[in-house]
Amino acid sequence: MFQSRTDSILSWILRGCAMTSGAIVVLIFGFMLIESWPAIHQIGWLRFLSDSAWNPTAQEPGQFNMLPMIVASILVSIGAITLATPLGIGSAIFVQYYSPRLVGGIYRNIIELMAGVPSVVYGLWGLVVLVPIIASWHPPGPSLLAGILILAMMILPTIALMTMAAFQNVPADYIRASAALGLSRTRTILSVVLPAAKSGLFTAVLIAMGRALGETMAVLMVTGNVVQLPSKMFDPVRTLTANMAMEMAYAMDVHRSSLFVSGLLLMGTVVGLVLTAELLSRRSRHAET
Amino acid sequence: MSRQTQKWQTQPKGAAVLCFVACMLIFCSCSQVSSHRPQRIVITGSSTVAPLVAEIGKRFEQLHPNVRIDVQTGGSSRGIADVRRGIADVGMVSREIAPQEIDGEVFSIALDGVGLITHRDNPLSELSQEQIVAIFSGQVRNWKEVGGFDGELVVVNKAAGRSTLDVFLQFFKLAPEQIRSDIVIGDNEQGIKTVAGNRNAIGYVSVGSAEHDIGLGVKIKLLPLNGVDPSAANIRNQSYGLARPLNLITRKSPHSLVREFIEFAQSSQVEAIVKEQNFVSIAD
Amino acid sequence: MPKPELAPSFPRVHRIGDRLFAMGIWGIAISIVAWFAWFLIDICVQGIPLFSWEFLTEAPRNAGRAGGIGSILVSTLLILAVCLSVSVPLGLGTAILLSEYSARNHRFGRMVRRSLDILAGVPSIVFGMFGNALFCMYLGMGFSILSGGLTLACMVLPILIRSTEEGFRSVPNEYRLAAAATGMSRSATLTKLLIPAAVPGLTVGLVLGIGRALAETAALIFTSGYVDRMPESLLDSGRALSVHIFDLSMNVAGGDRQAYASAAVLVGLLLVINGIASLFANRWLGKKILRQ
Repeated sequence: MFQSRTDSILSWILRGCAMTSGAIVVLIFGFMLIESWPAIHQIGWLRFLSDSAWNPTAQEPGQFNMLPMIVASILVSIGAITLATPLGIGSAIFVQYYSPRLVGGIYRNIIELMAGVPSVVYGLWGLVVLVPIIASWHPPGPSLLAGILILAMMILPTIALMTMAAFQNVPADYIRASAALGLSRTRTILSVVLPAAKSGLFTAVLIAMGRALGETMAVLMVTGNVVQLPSKMFDPVRTLTANMAMEMAYAMDVHRSSLFVSGLLLMGTVVGLVLTAELLSRRSRHAET
Repeated sequence: MSRQTQKWQTQPKGAAVLCFVACMLIFCSCSQVSSHRPQRIVITGSSTVAPLVAEIGKRFEQLHPNVRIDVQTGGSSRGIADVRRGIADVGMVSREIAPQEIDGEVFSIALDGVGLITHRDNPLSELSQEQIVAIFSGQVRNWKEVGGFDGELVVVNKAAGRSTLDVFLQFFKLAPEQIRSDIVIGDNEQGIKTVAGNRNAIGYVSVGSAEHDIGLGVKIKLLPLNGVDPSAANIRNQSYGLARPLNLITRKSPHSLVREFIEFAQSSQVEAIVKEQNFVSIAD
Repeated sequence: MPKPELAPSFPRVHRIGDRLFAMGIWGIAISIVAWFAWFLIDICVQGIPLFSWEFLTEAPRNAGRAGGIGSILVSTLLILAVCLSVSVPLGLGTAILLSEYSARNHRFGRMVRRSLDILAGVPSIVFGMFGNALFCMYLGMGFSILSGGLTLACMVLPILIRSTEEGFRSVPNEYRLAAAATGMSRSATLTKLLIPAAVPGLTVGLVLGIGRALAETAALIFTSGYVDRMPESLLDSGRALSVHIFDLSMNVAGGDRQAYASAAVLVGLLLVINGIASLFANRWLGKKILRQ
């Protein structure tokens, strides 16, 4: 097969692009591993869960219990997902099947704008408006609840936009058939559209979960940052990401390295979520064809 | 796939992409070695000191057109760490620090008090030292118990690694693990916003920031300590005890330009800037 | 796009359940809009009074309490420019390779795709730590616009590639076959047919990527830094708008109004970029395809 020289150059360039793009994640992983190795080596995995407290700068030997922060990260994310999922899916249903065309378009634009608002701005608003409201209701104010509300607002657009995309992939024939069978709009959505878009919805939720786990600044500003296992919604908590942002700037030696361990942990969790999402969508793609 | 076995004929795109990538590479490598750049002083550390030093830096740049002062924040511990690692020329530390501690040199540029703040609507106007210790160590959980209204106390504490925390702990002879906090904050403004939004809260922040915000009508108030108001005069004559110097640190025998900058930052030329940032000048 | 033409074809049964469901959906939509409006109006009311040409062009004074955000806007745009000039060619190339030059199940393509999926899920703070160590320290770029832009480029790459790929995939295979049958060369097919057809996908990716990049704080604090001077080269540290907002609201007493005004500018900037992108996409797409 004849190929001119420039052609093969182009093909190599494309391959180089793909290689570079693919290599970044390997680079990040490797780097995180190297940076966190001293802590894993010196402290050992178990002590991250079994030490009595998080007090990494204390005199030797320091305490490195991350469990309260891991729990906090998970609770905040799950809370936000529980709140944002029905709202996000509802939004997508609204745009796709209920709203007049113009309203739907505007609504979609609003959701897109929500997606673009920086987390700092959400955090600032949360700190100045939301937290005092919660404080007057049930002190102290900065709390798990505040984190959940702000995070929900931030991941709602992700869920809504991805659900809209999933709805668009539901074959129009399904809907026509359903209408022909005399099913109402509600029935069609609940029994035809949602099941058909199921894997897309799962993917959306998992991706949003990943974003929620990784969110830093807004959470740092509203959750109160006390390292403790929360017993109720109004307790302040500190998430893994907030901890990294607060301590990364000055941490040294094992402390710094242990922050990288928490980064690695976070990344591992998110990677697990992403791969699950990928698996789900691939399985459904196979099922379709 | 039939697509893959097709012939490639014209390739303007390929050339364009190639050129672009090459340009990027050249550009990246060039910018790394370019030499005729202005002299640069990198300063990192305390977020309390950063706005002050950034403003002083701007004034210094006006006087020395070929010098750039880069200020990065992150807390006093970062300043110490960066100077030790050689990442920064100068560190900013907002507490008392001994030259031996960093194996370098220490220069004070201003003073700052740490003031206890409550919500403006809190009727309590004074707390004794013992009461403050009791509040922050969790022995007292209700304002009633220190002579205030009936409401749960909300203790706002500074995050570890912040000098304000160290100054506070040192003054009240508390250990970090004794503090029972409800909210942990990073920078001063976060503390002020938290207290302003919560009638039950008590916290401690840089006096300068608090005074500035009170002037703007933010709903907080500063409490006197042992009957002494945290005013600039009281801080300067040391009758208000909960105060600290704002320091610049360097490694031993700093570069002449760095020394010049530090001398400038200590001189009376910057007095107005220090006042503007609500700190107490040491120049006089 | 919505499928409004399908709506009227539903039988008009108005059972109580249907009514409730419809009300619920409208309720969700209205409450979200109301919540967001509350948020947006709050920011605008606090920020707009400060708004003026001077605010946009002047350098910040007195730690950001006075003056404007001119130098910060420039830094932000430079960071964005570095980010896009690296990520767009790289992303486009990767997307072309993934969707046009390698079979769907090819091993290399699958590996690249998998690693991009993972990259998309990496938390931004981890990007910050990574960028700080690789670009700032190891490659010796220090706290600089270049470091920040490159870090952001890594971050937006998966978004760009995924939506561009989606764009390529939406081109019906008949087009490619027809192009091949009429003897169009591969590169010509690519430049005249496939890339224009993929522009909407790329635009969506660009809008999302720019949104993500402009909104980023955590990754930039550790890479592009805190200096609010007008940048002179890409190796200068430059404070991004979102970092400025963070600092003003968390560290500068009396910086709130400026913080809100900067936030309003940032949201406005996003609106403008979204608008331009969709306008541009429609125009360009319409012309290119028609001319063929």
